[in-house]
Amino acid sequence: MSTVIDPVIINLTVFVLAVVVGYHVVWNVTPALHTPLMAVTNAISGIIIVGAMLAAGPEQLDAGTIMGLIAVMLAAVNVFGGFLVTQRMLSMFKKKSK
Amino acid sequence: MSANFVALAYLVAAVLFILALKGLSSPISARNGNMFGMIGMAIAVLTTLTVTQNLVYIVLAIIVGGSIGAVVARRIQMTAMPELVAAMHSLVGLAAVLVAMSAFYNPVAYGIAPLHASNLIELFIGTFIGAITFTGSIIAFGKLSGKLGSKPLTFSGQHWFNLFLGVVMIAFGIMFTVTESWTPFLIMIVLALALGVLLIMPIGGADMPVVVSMLNSYSGWAAAGIGFTLNNNMLIIAGSLVGSSGAILSYIMCKAMNRSFFNVILGGFGGEAEVGEAGKVEQRPVRSGSADDAAFLMGNAGSVIIVPGYGLAVARAQHAINEMSNLLIENGVNVRYAIHPVAGRMPGHMNVLLAEAEVPYDQVLEMDEINNEFADTDVVLVIGANDVVNPAAKTDPHSPIYGMPIIDAHKARTILVVKRSMAVGYAGLDNDLFYLDKTMMVFGDAKKVVEEIIKSLQH
Repeated sequence: MSTVIDPVIINLTVFVLAVVVGYHVVWNVTPALHTPLMAVTNAISGIIIVGAMLAAGPEQLDAGTIMGLIAVMLAAVNVFGGFLVTQRMLSMFKKKSK
Repeated sequence: MSANFVALAYLVAAVLFILALKGLSSPISARNGNMFGMIGMAIAVLTTLTVTQNLVYIVLAIIVGGSIGAVVARRIQMTAMPELVAAMHSLVGLAAVLVAMSAFYNPVAYGIAPLHASNLIELFIGTFIGAITFTGSIIAFGKLSGKLGSKPLTFSGQHWFNLFLGVVMIAFGIMFTVTESWTPFLIMIVLALALGVLLIMPIGGADMPVVVSMLNSYSGWAAAGIGFTLNNNMLIIAGSLVGSSGAILSYIMCKAMNRSFFNVILGGFGGEAEVGEAGKVEQRPVRSGSADDAAFLMGNAGSVIIVPGYGLAVARAQHAINEMSNLLIENGVNVRYAIHPVAGRMPGHMNVLLAEAEVPYDQVLEMDEINNEFADTDVVLVIGANDVVNPAAKTDPHSPIYGMPIIDAHKARTILVVKRSMAVGYAGLDNDLFYLDKTMMVFGDAKKVVEEIIKSLQH
């Protein structure tokens, strides 16, 4: 048996724990806010921007970095659009003003 | 900057994302939650900037994309939220494919060279999920925005063809992991793109809430898959949160329609509905009344529950209905709204539409919260809804919607139904609710009827 843990196993550990956390947190979301939930998860899935930035990172511009830059732009639409539209929706939810 | 520092910053961002989702447990905490999400994303992006070159280009790309996103977020109509969400899923899908291709093109940039077999398998999985999400979401967008017909498009042997295509795609994926060459990788991507189109085309408009939730889930899994390839915990955690969120929403939607997930994915319901619509609705006597009658009944009631459906939003009657309920509340009537989980075009859509019309959210209750109270309610106003109040779901084991959870409108003392005509709903079924002795139909456009009720109440 090797003593070094394969990064795949570490990734899998993180993945499974994140799914468990996600499962419990999302079941607690009130159904009234399911549309904002989708919008905010849209923004969060814009996290692919991190991968895209790494792809666009190397100094010399080639096919790889250009694909990365396009991906950065696409993901930025999601990040900004997602969070802002969520904010707009949430600001509409008001209690009785009495 | 050191890789350790970057990883720790990602951990902070991940916790903030979890808090963003946790905040959505109530409308009060949700705004702070969204702020946490934004801070988390800012931390993730700024930290990543410190380890990349080409800063000018990257910042420029962020500004261009961000401005587009900001403008759309400001301008979008709330009725168009499902389309917006679908369009955004497609962007994540395409971004995932591009990142995967870039990672394969230049693995050194990610510190993952030389590529191991496990990297290649992860790359393959992340790419095909991303590709399916991309084209599938475009089709969903087309259907939701009315650019494509919402009718299911089917051909014989479709499921077998899709299965065949899926198997071939996996075969090319395996070939890619073995040969590490571009040709099978690109063929695999093209097949996955085609599969995305073919999987969503046969699904009918009524099932779109499930499809949108499912693609939401896929967009998360695609990001997580890329995270595995890049050994990037930030992508894995954020992707998994989104993936499980979408999966739970799909489950909730399926349950609310009393259908299995596979039943929805394999299509068919939309097709049945068309047959139903063509089928004859037997002629039975109904009691109909005017808007004045409705105003009189509600004005003298102690309690009124409004059951809105998507038809309400189609008629743009949300603001009018709020005005009406405010008048009733001034007269001392207890007014509340009952929302079925599938009211609207996506999960929670109706709540947003009512919130936009300034209906206070504490008057808006979910089906499960309010169903016990109908028996003690004087008047129920059903407006723009049909199948979700059909008692056949409880009483008729032969009904196609038998077992579907419904709003118990039929238990109220008096039922008012605002409807254009006696036409059937999505499921193509006649609704016994309309023929009860205690039911009064008010025929007409939802907005016009509500405006007439308002006028009558003001006298």
